[in-house]
Amino acid sequence: MMGPVQDLLHSLPYARPELLLAGFALIAAILGAWTGEKGFGLISTLAVLVLVAAGGIAILDRPSAPVEIFQGSLVIDGVGVFAKALIAFAAAATLALGADHFNATREKRFEFPVLMVLAVLGMFVMVSAQDLISLYVGVELQSLCAYVLAAWRRDDAHSSEAGLKYFVLSALASGLLLYGASFVYGFTGSIRFDAIAAAVSQGAGGVGLIFGLVLMLCALGFKMSAAPFHMWTPDVYEGAPTPVTAFFAAAPKIAAVALMIRVLYEPFAALESQWTQVVVALSAISMVWGSFGALMQTNLKRLMAYSSITNMGFALMGVASGLEEGPSATLLYLSLYVPATIGIFALIISMRRAGESAETIGDLAGLARKRPWMAALFTMLLFSLAGIPPFAGFFGKLLVFQAAISADMPWLAVLGGVAAVVAPGYYLRLLASIWFTAPAAPMQGPSVAVMTTATAAAALSFPVLVLALGALERWADWAVGRSF
Amino acid sequence: MIAQMAFWPLLSIITFLPAAGAILIMLARMSQRGEDAGYDKGVKLLALLVTLLTFVISLAAFAAFDPNDPQYQLTENIPWAFGASYRMGVDSMAMTLVLLTTFLMPICILASWVIEKQVSSYMVLFLILETLMIGVFCAQDIILFYLFFEAGLIPMFILIGVWGGERRVYAAFKFFLYTLLGSILMLVAIVAMIAIAGTSGIPELTAFAQEGGFSENLQIWLWLAFFASFAVKMPMWPVHTWLPDAHVEAPTAASVVLAAILLKMGGYGFLRFSLPMFPDASVYFTPFVFVLSVIAIVWASLVAFRQLDMKKLIAYSSVAHMGFVTMGIFAGTMQGVQGAIFQMLSHGIISGALFLCVGVVYDRAHTREIAYYGGLVNRMPVYAAIFLLFTMGNVGLPGTSGFPGEILTMVGTFQVNAWVAAGACLGVILSAAYALTLYRKVAFGVIENPKLNTMADLDAREWVQFIPLIIATLIMGLAPSLVLDYTHESAATIVEQFKGAAP
Repeated sequence: MMGPVQDLLHSLPYARPELLLAGFALIAAILGAWTGEKGFGLISTLAVLVLVAAGGIAILDRPSAPVEIFQGSLVIDGVGVFAKALIAFAAAATLALGADHFNATREKRFEFPVLMVLAVLGMFVMVSAQDLISLYVGVELQSLCAYVLAAWRRDDAHSSEAGLKYFVLSALASGLLLYGASFVYGFTGSIRFDAIAAAVSQGAGGVGLIFGLVLMLCALGFKMSAAPFHMWTPDVYEGAPTPVTAFFAAAPKIAAVALMIRVLYEPFAALESQWTQVVVALSAISMVWGSFGALMQTNLKRLMAYSSITNMGFALMGVASGLEEGPSATLLYLSLYVPATIGIFALIISMRRAGESAETIGDLAGLARKRPWMAALFTMLLFSLAGIPPFAGFFGKLLVFQAAISADMPWLAVLGGVAAVVAPGYYLRLLASIWFTAPAAPMQGPSVAVMTTATAAAALSFPVLVLALGALERWADWAVGRSF
Repeated sequence: MIAQMAFWPLLSIITFLPAAGAILIMLARMSQRGEDAGYDKGVKLLALLVTLLTFVISLAAFAAFDPNDPQYQLTENIPWAFGASYRMGVDSMAMTLVLLTTFLMPICILASWVIEKQVSSYMVLFLILETLMIGVFCAQDIILFYLFFEAGLIPMFILIGVWGGERRVYAAFKFFLYTLLGSILMLVAIVAMIAIAGTSGIPELTAFAQEGGFSENLQIWLWLAFFASFAVKMPMWPVHTWLPDAHVEAPTAASVVLAAILLKMGGYGFLRFSLPMFPDASVYFTPFVFVLSVIAIVWASLVAFRQLDMKKLIAYSSVAHMGFVTMGIFAGTMQGVQGAIFQMLSHGIISGALFLCVGVVYDRAHTREIAYYGGLVNRMPVYAAIFLLFTMGNVGLPGTSGFPGEILTMVGTFQVNAWVAAGACLGVILSAAYALTLYRKVAFGVIENPKLNTMADLDAREWVQFIPLIIATLIMGLAPSLVLDYTHESAATIVEQFKGAAP
C-alpha cells in the first residue's frame, strides 16, 4: 500500500486531462472577470483548444491495463478513455458553435466557456468513477453547470423556466442517486466498486441492495433522458439557447451512459439477471415513447429532444443485452449518434432570419432551392439519425440489434424495428419541409464555424465512416476489453 | 482481351461510376450561382454521358461473364467491419438485371430532358439511384445487399416529392414508410441469420442453409420477415397500395425506374434468398403465395380496367404482371423460375416503355386522364404505332417479349397446381381487355378534344429513347432462347437448391 503522498505523486500524471481542464477553468474565470466582454472570443477559442487537448491527452495516455488513482477513487481504463475522447470532442464542437452564436447575438459572457469546461470536468470524473463518492461528485459538478447553462438567457422567461425545471427535477434525481447509493453502501459495507463487487458476488444484500441499484439506475436514466424519466427533456431543450441544447444532446449523454455501463458491469456484474430487466424496460419504453412522441412536435428543438430519447433507447439496447460485447455496441452507437446530432444542431443554429433562430419545421421550408449544399448536409444527417443506410446511424442500429439477438431477445429487436420505422416519420417531415416546399423568407448565410462543423459531421456520418468503420469498431472493442 | 478484363473490378466500376458522376455534378454546382439554362443542359449531357459509359462497361462485364458457369463470377472481396465484407459478384440472373438497369438508365436520362426545376439535384439523385440499384444485384454480402436495398429509398423519396405531381408529398411518404416497414423486419432477420450462421456472405449463408443450418421453425419466421420486405417491394396484393400512388405522382423517368427496376428487387430477393435459404418454409408457404398471386393477377386486372388515369392503369397492370412472377418463382420448377426471370426482364422493358409513352403525351398536354385523349392516331401516327407495340407486349402477344414469360410461368405452375395456372390464365384475358381498351380510348376514333389538334408527333429525342426498347422487345419476343439459355445455369442452381431440401 502506498502512502498518501506517494499515491498523489503516482496519480497526478494519470490525471493530466482533468488537471488541464480544472486549471484552465480557474484561470479563465479570473481572466474573464478581468477582461469582461472583450475576452469572450479569446477565452472561447482557448477553451475549444483545451477541450481538444484534454481529449487528445486522454487518448495518448491510454493505459494497457486499468490503473487506479487517487487511492482507488478513480480509474483510467478503456471505457473511460473512449468516453472522455468522445465527450471532449463533442463539447469542443458545441462550444465552438456556442461561441459563434453568442458572438452574433451579442451575449458575450465569459462564463459560458468556463461552465462548459467545468461540466466536461464533471463528466470526466463520472466516466472514471471507481467509488460512489466520486460518482456523485462527478454527476453533481456536471449537473450544476448544466442548470446554469440552461438558464443562460436570464431575461428570457423560457430560458429561466428551462433552468429552473431542469434544476428541480434533476435535484430530485440526484437525491434518488444518493438514496440508492446509501442503500448500496448499507448492504455491502463499502463505497468502493471492487469491494461492492466482491460483496455482491458473495450474495450480500438481497432486496435492499436491489432497491438501491434500481434507484441509482432511475437517477442515471434521468440524467441520460431515458423514458420514463425523460419528462424534463423537451421543455429544457426548447427553453435553453440552441448551442446549449446541442451540448445537452451530446456530451452529458455519453457520460451518463458510460457511467451506467461502469456501474452495471463493475460492482453489480453478478446481478446481471436483475438489472437487465430494468435496462430492457428503459430501452423499450424510450424507443417507443420517443418515436411516437416526436410525431406530434412542430418545434425543432422539442423534436430533437424526442429524437434523443429514441436514440438513447437504441443505445441502451446494447447494455440491456447484458453481454460482454453489449457495452461496445452501445459506445459505438453513441459515437455514431453524437456527430450526427451535433451536425443537425449546427445547421439549426445557422438558420437565422433577421437575428431570429429557426424554431419550427416550417422555418426550414425551401432550403433545398436556396442552399442546396446545406440541404444535402441536412439530408445526410437526418437519414443518419433515422438509421437509414448507408449512413452511420444504420451501423449503430445494426450493432445493437445484433446485441439484442445474441442475448436471445428478438422481441426487443423487433420493437426497435418498429420504432425505427416510426422515427423516420418525423425526420421525413423535416426533409419534406426542406425539399418539397417553396422557400420561406430569405435567410442569413451560415458562418464558417457552422458549415465546418456540419460538413465534418456529415463526413463522419458517411464517407469517412465507411472507410474508418473497422478501425472504430476495433477501438470500441479495445476499450471494453481493457476495462472489466 | 476479355480474359484480361476479368482482372479489373468491373462490377465496382459499373456500380460506382454513376456515383462518381453525381459527385462531379455536385462539385460543379457549388461553383454555380443561380439558374442558367445552358448550365442545366450541360448537367443533363454529363449525366447522359455517365450512364452511357456505365452501359458500355456493363457490356464489357457481360462479355467477360461466362453463362455456362453456375458459380458467382467477377467476384471482389475486401474485408470491412462487423464481420461484413465489401463483396461483389454476379450469377447470370443478376448479370441480366444489371444489364437491364444500365440499359434503361440512359433512356431515363433522355426522358428527363423536360425537367427544368433543380436540374442538378435531379441528376445527382438519379445517378446515385443507379449506383444503389446496380449494387443490390451485385452485392454478395447480405449486409452490403441490405445497405444498397434500403438506401435506394432515399433518392426515390426525394425524386417523387420534389418533381412529382399534385399529391407528391403524400405519395413520397407512403412509398418510404411502407417499404421501410417491410425492410426493417428483414434487417432483424438478417441479424439473426448472421448470429446463427456466423457469416454474412450470401454464398456461405446459402451453403449453410442447404446443410440444414436453419431449423424448419426458424425458417418460417425468417421467411416471413424476408417476405414482408420483398412482397412490399414486388408488390404483391394486398401490400401493393403504395405503388399506384407512387407511380402516378412520380415524374416519368422515376416511374420508369420504379416499374422497371425497383420492383425487380422483390423478385430478385425471392430467388436469391427465400428459395435457396429457406426451402422448407418456401414449400410450406407455396399455397399462400399462389393464392396471393392469383388474387393479384385477377383483382389488379379488374381494377386496372376501371382506371381513369393512364399511369394508374399501367401501375395496376404491373401488379398483375408481378403476380405471374411470384407464381412462377414459387412453383419452383425450371420453367417457372426461368419464366419468372424472363418476365421480370420483359416487364422491365415493356412497363418502362409504357410509362415513357404516357410521358410523351403528358409532356404535351399535362394530363394523364384517359378521357382527355382520343384519336391520337390522327395527329401522332408514329406514336400510335409504338404505343400499340408496347400495348401488345403488355398483353403478352406472341412475338413480343411479354409472351414467353407468361407462358413459361403458367407451364411451370401447371405442373405443380393446375387450378392456380387456370386462375392465372384468366388474367391473360383480362390484361387484353384493359390494355386494348386503354389503347382504343387514347389512340383510335376521331379527335373530339380540340386541344389535341396541336399535338406534335415524336421528336428526335423521343425516337432515340424508344428505338432501343422496341429492338429489345422484339428480340426477346422472337428469340427468347437468347435470354433463356443465358439464365439457364443460375435458374437450374436455384431450382436444385429449392428441390434439394423439399420433401
